[in-house]
Amino acid sequence: MTNDVQTSQTAPQLDRADSRVRHDEGLSGALRAFVDQVRSGDLGMLPVFVGLLLISVVFTALNPVFLAPNNLVNLLFDAAAVGLISLGVVCVLLLGEIDLSIGSMSGLASAMTGVLWVNAGVSLPLTILAVLVTGMAVGAIYGFLRNRFEMPSFVATLAGLLALLGLQLYILGPTGSINLPFTSPIVRFGQILIMPAWLSYMLAILPGVLIVWNGIRTGQKRRAANLSARGLSVTLAKALILTAALVFAVFYLEKGRGVPWMFGAFTLLVVLLDYALTRTKWGRSMFAVGGNAEAARRSGINVRRIRLSAFMICSSLAALGGVFAAARLASASQQAGTGDVNLNAIAAAVIGGTSLFGGRGSAWSALLGVIVIMAISNGLTLLNLSSSLRYMITGAVLAIAVIVDSLARRSRASHGRA
Amino acid sequence: MVQAMNAREKGELILRLRGIGKQFGAVTALEDIELDVHAGEVVALVGDNGAGKSTLVKVLAGVHQATAGTIEYLGKEVTLDTPGTALELGIATVFQDLALCENLDVVANLFLGHELSPWRLDEVQMEVRAWTLLQELAARIPSVREPIASLSGGQRQTVAIARSLLLDPKIIMLDEPTAALGVAQTAEVLNLIERVRDRGHGVILISHNMEDVRAVADRIVVLRLGRNNGVFTAESSHEDLVAAITGASENSVSRRAARKLEVTGDEK
Ligand SMILES: Nc1ncnc2c1ncn2[C@@H]1O[C@H](COP(=O)(O)OP(=O)(O)OP(=O)(O)O)[C@@H](O)[C@H]1O
Ligand SMILES: [Mg+2]
Repeated sequence: MTNDVQTSQTAPQLDRADSRVRHDEGLSGALRAFVDQVRSGDLGMLPVFVGLLLISVVFTALNPVFLAPNNLVNLLFDAAAVGLISLGVVCVLLLGEIDLSIGSMSGLASAMTGVLWVNAGVSLPLTILAVLVTGMAVGAIYGFLRNRFEMPSFVATLAGLLALLGLQLYILGPTGSINLPFTSPIVRFGQILIMPAWLSYMLAILPGVLIVWNGIRTGQKRRAANLSARGLSVTLAKALILTAALVFAVFYLEKGRGVPWMFGAFTLLVVLLDYALTRTKWGRSMFAVGGNAEAARRSGINVRRIRLSAFMICSSLAALGGVFAAARLASASQQAGTGDVNLNAIAAAVIGGTSLFGGRGSAWSALLGVIVIMAISNGLTLLNLSSSLRYMITGAVLAIAVIVDSLARRSRASHGRA
Repeated sequence: MVQAMNAREKGELILRLRGIGKQFGAVTALEDIELDVHAGEVVALVGDNGAGKSTLVKVLAGVHQATAGTIEYLGKEVTLDTPGTALELGIATVFQDLALCENLDVVANLFLGHELSPWRLDEVQMEVRAWTLLQELAARIPSVREPIASLSGGQRQTVAIARSLLLDPKIIMLDEPTAALGVAQTAEVLNLIERVRDRGHGVILISHNMEDVRAVADRIVVLRLGRNNGVFTAESSHEDLVAAITGASENSVSRRAARKLEVTGDEK
């Protein structure tokens, strides 16, 4: 704070010329800015935390096993596959597009894993490579149809849903189901492998350290460039809260089996995509195309290439999710990728705060959203509810998420926040 | 028609259009358009609503493709097939509808498609450049980290103008850039147009405000119903200009003027 006063005495900072703007300094300022933001309909991650709290309270009251450490470890194992698929969905949703064939794509991928690796004896890396290439090819087809024929992605991917499901059934053949050997590395990865405790704790501390380091560096750079810099107190508070939460989570999970490698791999991909979306030119272009495709085109952005990349990433991640699912279930079957996989993945992205209308969202919404979805599904399973009821309840949750999204969008529009 | 006799020395020819035509299905928006722009020259493009001014600008910006005619840029014939090509050649545009992304903040919009260090965006450097550009335009923008959606119409227009200056273009086209601007900001934009001209760039200005046009334009090119309808200078008489724009010396503008004269005459 004292530092701020000094600099403003010597030369007015570039971004502090307008006296009408309230500049929120310090902790209370940050809190006030956050409240303003939520009021104007920029809900961010708030619905997720409220949702998770509600879910935990309700399900724990109904069955205390819900919060048992090992149940949560299982939940994380289950979340990785759908989470990966949802991560891809975030990319297409950002453009205001949709991919309805992600479930079938993951089903086809798990069938390919069974057929190529178990039946044909292709090595595992090659199998995964083949699966990824297939995913990219399918995404490229959707992108081509959208770019070349202006075919709404909703229709193209609906056709893809059927075609890919057909292909899945075809390559599985009459037996319909292939078991993956239990001792194989991929099944161990999907069911057993847990990070060592020390690594989990280190990874829990890392984000906080990075936030502080990044905060200090940006602060220095901004002051050097004669821009206002946010006080360190906010950054420290943020880092502290996050670290405390993460360390507690790891501590709690370690009372059970620990943190699954599978979930770690998923989180790594989330971090990578988050970096790409927020810190690279490609990511900026994604948001621009989602917000106003014509404006993006006139700025010289190759809109077609951006669309193509989004569809390709979506399908490849769905394919990888299919491999994860096969590893988790230790089998490739006709049921893989059918049922609620599609909608769970889309719902997770929307619940996490990625808008169906394009131009808003983040990679983290896939992670947070999938935890909500999986918590509901897990809790309902613990209550021994039939899948019919589970479908209905998950459907209702999705509807609520979309309503929140629409209301928030309307509120943002009336508060002038796009 | 008065033929253009430019008093000022002209620079080299930057842009030369011959026989440009644009067809939208059954509508002929442009037909056989000729236009020259020299370095260090402000060319005003005037005409009634729907005359084809914006369409011509969009053809030059690579947004639409001409259905006939040739475009020569710096002596070479070019095809402007995408907005990216036009920008790379050094043709920058402020569109009538501004073409901003409402969900992105001011900095992101200014640098859209031309971000600094593509693999690790340099936000600080971009923000500094944004503030300097905006100050040049006497912009009144509270924060460059707010989404465009929260800005007023004039503020958005300023952002769009600032964006066109970012890449230091050879020629800059402004489609009604002052329509929503305040008095000070309009003056600042006119100053800016003169500064850009003095730096040796070409400017195409579209405006319905004849005062502004006369204040800065070296030549005034009139379009009417998608065709060239004469070239004037700031010295040409108002009546001639209006006649060329509306297509007749007997028109609603002249009739209004005549009525006004009568009324003031009666009062005396
Ligand atoms: N995308 C399009 N599709 C069909 N017709 C179009 C399109 N764009 C423009 N036109 C037509 O071309 C003609 C010229 O339009 P243009 O926008 O160039 O006019 P303008 O001179 O800029 O008018 P204003 O002063 O109102 O901005 C109009 O008749 C318009 O209807
Ligand atoms: Mg126009």
